[in-house]
Amino acid sequence: MARAIPLQRRLFMTILAWAAGLLIFFPVLWTVLTSFKTELEAFSTPPKLFFFDWTLENYSIVQERSNYLRFASNSIILSVGSTLIALAFGIPAAWAMAFQPGKRTKDLLMWMLSTKMMPPVGALIPLYLGFRDMGLLDTRGGLIAVLFLINLPIVVWMLYTYFKEIPVDILEAARMDGASLWKELVFVLAPMAVPGIASTMLLNVILAWNEAFWTLNLSTSEAAPLTVFIASYSSPEGLFWAKLSAASTMAIAPILVLGWFAQRQLVRGLTFGAVK
Amino acid sequence: MGTIRLQSVTKRFDAVEVIPGVDLSIREGEFIVFVGPSGCGKSTILRLIAGLEDVSSGEIFIDEKPVAQEPASQRGLAMVFQSYALYPHMSVRGNIAFGLKMAGQPKELIEAKVAKAAETLNLTDYLDRKPRQLSGGQRQRVAIGRAIVREPKAFLFDEPLSNLDAALRVQMRLEIMQLHKTLKATMVYVTHDQVEAMTMADRIVVLNKGRIEQVGTPMELYDRPNSLFVAGFIGSPKMNLVSGPAAEQYGAATIGIRPEHIAIGEGAKAVTARIRIAEHLGSDTFIHLDTDELGALTVRAQGHVEAAPGTSLSVILDPARIHRFDAHGKVIVHA
Repeated sequence: MARAIPLQRRLFMTILAWAAGLLIFFPVLWTVLTSFKTELEAFSTPPKLFFFDWTLENYSIVQERSNYLRFASNSIILSVGSTLIALAFGIPAAWAMAFQPGKRTKDLLMWMLSTKMMPPVGALIPLYLGFRDMGLLDTRGGLIAVLFLINLPIVVWMLYTYFKEIPVDILEAARMDGASLWKELVFVLAPMAVPGIASTMLLNVILAWNEAFWTLNLSTSEAAPLTVFIASYSSPEGLFWAKLSAASTMAIAPILVLGWFAQRQLVRGLTFGAVK
Repeated sequence: MGTIRLQSVTKRFDAVEVIPGVDLSIREGEFIVFVGPSGCGKSTILRLIAGLEDVSSGEIFIDEKPVAQEPASQRGLAMVFQSYALYPHMSVRGNIAFGLKMAGQPKELIEAKVAKAAETLNLTDYLDRKPRQLSGGQRQRVAIGRAIVREPKAFLFDEPLSNLDAALRVQMRLEIMQLHKTLKATMVYVTHDQVEAMTMADRIVVLNKGRIEQVGTPMELYDRPNSLFVAGFIGSPKMNLVSGPAAEQYGAATIGIRPEHIAIGEGAKAVTARIRIAEHLGSDTFIHLDTDELGALTVRAQGHVEAAPGTSLSVILDPARIHRFDAHGKVIVHA
């Protein structure tokens, strides 16, 4: 039974939640609003929130100056491609760690996670030189490989947490039913883990989509995703706030829409295993 | 076919030796029950037979073919789990058919076999339901159905009735026994419930700390337990065990007598006792007594017996039914 919470307290909590939500969302909102201002108004002090001359000129200029669709298609290929490869490696790895743990499984998981604690810039020079020598600079293949590798620890961790919740009896029952390892993974584990795999996939697509450090440093035009598209509007000769905002809005819109539709799945994925 | 033979099978988890060495032959069509307290290794041995755990040494033969190195999926056995372990994303039909699909059998044959199994187990109306829409008993029937359609060499049951309530447990017990009669298949059944063991088994294997204490028919174990452990484990209420001077009179370290082998009555060898408490079951009365010579005793009297706590009663032990054990807990066989 739900406990009765006093109205005052409920009101206070509601206001607090909305305030926190707005605070977090404000930069996005501001970016979107700015994208509809003229460059002059974008600079004005005091800043104008809603009452300005709404214009679409930034979007048309941005579209004229650079090929949005090429960047966007690169973003899709890089984020989806790296995610699928990460899942192909992550599912068997997480299966092994969850259901056939060895003495060092926990250490291995920690070690995998620890690679995420290293500042990426520490690996930039060797990786850049390696990419240059192998001819991988500004190629989709090279970027997919990097995105796949940097996100693999998170994929394995998330899947591991999910798989841990699946009773091992059911997999053993499949084995007793004559299922080979492969069939056990495909017909029993995967369908049962669909929500977990889906939320892992979503989160990883978002992470890969938004990844800026490696994509900015390892690509220029051919393989460049939307992060490079945004960055091209922040130039040393002078900032074009309104155009930069328009570019940013166009870059985050697809992933924002995806996240909006998948939010239930995402929340479930991120809190899975936290409460039983 | 359906013989299973364990030869010097051992199992250790890291440094802990859980099965120090087991030899056992299970005959074709036999209903074997592994029984013992929790942690005695009964489930581990079952899982070793199944192939869900690897043996540390020794060999397992199914139909005289060594299988210790074969994966579970290749051993041709079927297992029913305590947790049912149904595939939650499949319908009842899908669950029962899964093993046949894995074996690559033709669709029509699978359908016919599923239909037949469902009929045997009263599941026909539920074939399109998901496991979560079934009751505990129905779920366990699906698990059994999943096992029987595969026509395995032997059935393995790992405490299949532990999650059911008492009434359903009795019913399912009968159904499994009926199934054994119909299929005439080898069945290995693990339980900690000695009543299940006594009622279902052709032969019982009593396990203690990973070792086989005794193998025998239920009546052999009841009439001739070869150790204190078996004597205390088989039978309900438990056998009365008496140590000390009273046992020494019989030339033993410990003597045991079952509650049903103590009669209420007067006589030269009668023992006077005070009634501590009486349990009335209707069909029987369990009377818990205190005596000076033998300590605490439990007596099973047929029917309803008036036994007011605090009053005195004299009882006679059936001398032919007294079991004698030495200081190591082993039975002393009559010369």
